[in-house]
Parts: sequence; structure tokens; C-alpha cells
Amino acid sequence: MSDPSSINGGSVVAMVGKDCVAIGCDMRLGMQALTVSNDFPKIFQFNNAFLGLTGLATDVITLSEVFRYKVNLYNLREERKIEPETFANLVSSTLYEKRFGPYFVGPIVAGINSKSGDPYICGFDLIGCINFAKDFVVGGTSSDQLFGMCESLWEPNLEPDDLFETISQALLNAQDRDALSGWGAIVYVITKDKVVKRLLKTRQD
Amino acid sequence: MDVILGLTTKDAVIVATSMAAVRGVSILKADDDKTRVVAPHTLVAYTGEAGDTVQFAEYVQANIQLHGMRNETELSPPAITSFVRSELAKSLRSRKPYQVNILIGGYDTATEKPYLCWVDYLASRAQVPYAAHGYAAYYTLSLLDRWHKKDISLEEGMKIMEMCVAELRTRLPIDFKGVQIKVIDRDGVRTV
Repeated sequence: MSDPSSINGGSVVAMVGKDCVAIGCDMRLGMQALTVSNDFPKIFQFNNAFLGLTGLATDVITLSEVFRYKVNLYNLREERKIEPETFANLVSSTLYEKRFGPYFVGPIVAGINSKSGDPYICGFDLIGCINFAKDFVVGGTSSDQLFGMCESLWEPNLEPDDLFETISQALLNAQDRDALSGWGAIVYVITKDKVVKRLLKTRQD
Repeated sequence: MDVILGLTTKDAVIVATSMAAVRGVSILKADDDKTRVVAPHTLVAYTGEAGDTVQFAEYVQANIQLHGMRNETELSPPAITSFVRSELAKSLRSRKPYQVNILIGGYDTATEKPYLCWVDYLASRAQVPYAAHGYAAYYTLSLLDRWHKKDISLEEGMKIMEMCVAELRTRLPIDFKGVQIKVIDRDGVRTV
């Protein structure tokens, strides 16, 4: 069996802007060379934290359901919404629980703290090591391409509309150079008062 | 090299499964039914490791039927899919995982829409307008990409299915003894 993190394919990226964050993903689900679906989004919302999950599709689905369960219980017990920083630590512990039989995923978290208004993004490896970043985080089969695109396109303090253009170009051009990512893209731009979800028009190959 | 195909039309799902049951160099039977009706409006078509397939399909069928008896209600196709997926996900990291690929075809009586879901042995799931498992996918998905549209009639869907079967007959190196076609619509599951 091949490397579990590159059987199904997929990419995610998140960036920080001026009082805003953006997170984007591709829409492909494949079985190595064969594309099975072009409607497989990899971003899930939990209160005001957004989770992007790439890697083995079965673990992406399982983890999205596990976190839905954990966040629902958090809401019932704490009687409040979970903040992105707290959710990130929840992701980290959940992944480390499976240290010697891990979920084959590359998660990223993005959100805005509802109390302080500070944007927050971070990435993780498959066993939950938190990679906190002040600029951007990437994940998936086109992570190398995404690193290159983000490093050159990103600049600090981008307004929401400019951040949208920047993250979209980073995602689009990176996924076009990756055989296992693509077939559509979704970008969420998150500000303190609203979330805008846009479907990008991309190459369908 | 079993063939299972599915496609949705405006009011129904058409599922085709090959009829050859092969072990080694022998064809055991030419009328093998690779499906199980798990609920009045849901069909599970399966392919994969010998034994695992029927065992898993009948396990799903038994549990779904029990749920129907206990709760006097039919589970929707998406709910059945969630159950199937979670059982496969549980099995994946067990001592010996089920190696079964599945297509779930159903008619959701609540939303009044046909439903088709592709689930593989790793418990990946994707709801799709048309689907196939195994080698058949390499030949038929491109035909389906070209000819399938949203909200086609049952007759148009059957024509596309015939095109797919003809292509498989031309290009697959083995005789799969034709396909059995099942249609699932608001009136339930029927063989065509």
C-alpha cells in the first residue's frame, strides 16, 4: 500500500490579514490517478473555528465527525462557543491520543477570537504538533507548491478583499501544479462580523 | 474484476452489477446477485474480497432491518450510508479489516430525491451523480462524464447504462456474464 497521505489527494491553505483570516481548500477526492468526486470540501466549521483537513479521506471524514461531537459537548458543558486557540489544542490532543496508530491527516485551523478580535491560524502534523504561524499555513499534497506561492504572494496587513485575492491565487496556482489536487476550490474569508464563502472557478482537470 | 455501476436520474437510481462469480480460473455461476436490499428504498451493491463482501452486506442488512422493526420507521439512505461508513471505519484499524467496496443507491422519501453514494474499503465516502468501483471505473466514468446530465429520464439513464456495459464488454479482458440492473425509486427497489 502506498503513502496514506497521498492516496486521495487534496490541499488546504490559511492566511492572516488585517483583522481577518482566510482559509481555502480544493474539492478533489481521488483514488491515486482516478478522480472519484469533484465535490469533496475539506473545510469544516466549528463555531468560530474553521478546520481544514487534508490527507486520507476516511480520516478526514472520521475526524470531522469526532470534532463535531467534541465541540457539541463543549458547547453543552461550557455554555459558550469554542475559540480557535482552544479548538487548536483540542485537535492537538485528539491527534496525539493516536500517537502509535495515527490519523493520516494534515490539519490546519483558522479563526478569529470572538473576545479579543485577534486572527489565529496554525497547522499540525499527523500526531498533533502545533505549528503556530503569524503569516500562513499550508497542508496537503501540494504543500510544497503552496509554500512557494504563499512565501512570494503574502504580505502583512492585507484587507479582506485583498487577502481573498492573495489566498485564491496561492491555492489555484499551487493546485494546478499538483496532479492530486484541484477540481474546484472553496475559500472562506473570515472577519469579526461575517464569513464569506466563495467557490472559485478553476481548471477542471 | 467485478463490475458495479450506479447513476442517478431525475426520480430514480439505476444500479448495475455483473453476474459472473469467479474463483480462480472457474466461473462458479453466471447469475450472481451482488446486491442486498437493506431497506424498502435502499440498495447496497458490493464488490471486493470473497466472503467479506456478502458477510458485510448481510451484517448491514440485518442491522438496518432490525432498526426498522424496532423503530417502525425506515432509515434514510444518507443515514444508512453513515452506518455503513462507520462500520467500515471501525473495521479499518481492527485486526482484519473488511475489504469491501460499496455503492449505496436509494430514494430519500423525505427529500423526494434519488441518492447515490460511493464508499470504499477505507471508509471514504462521496455522494455522487454516478459512480463505479474497480477497473470498471476507468472505462465508464469518462462515458458518464460525457453523457450524464442532471435530471435525465429513466429511459435516458438506461441508454447511458447500456453504453457503459457495451464499453466494458469491448474493453474488459474477461467475460463478466452481463449485468443485472436494479432501479430504486419512490416505489422501492425493482429488478429490470
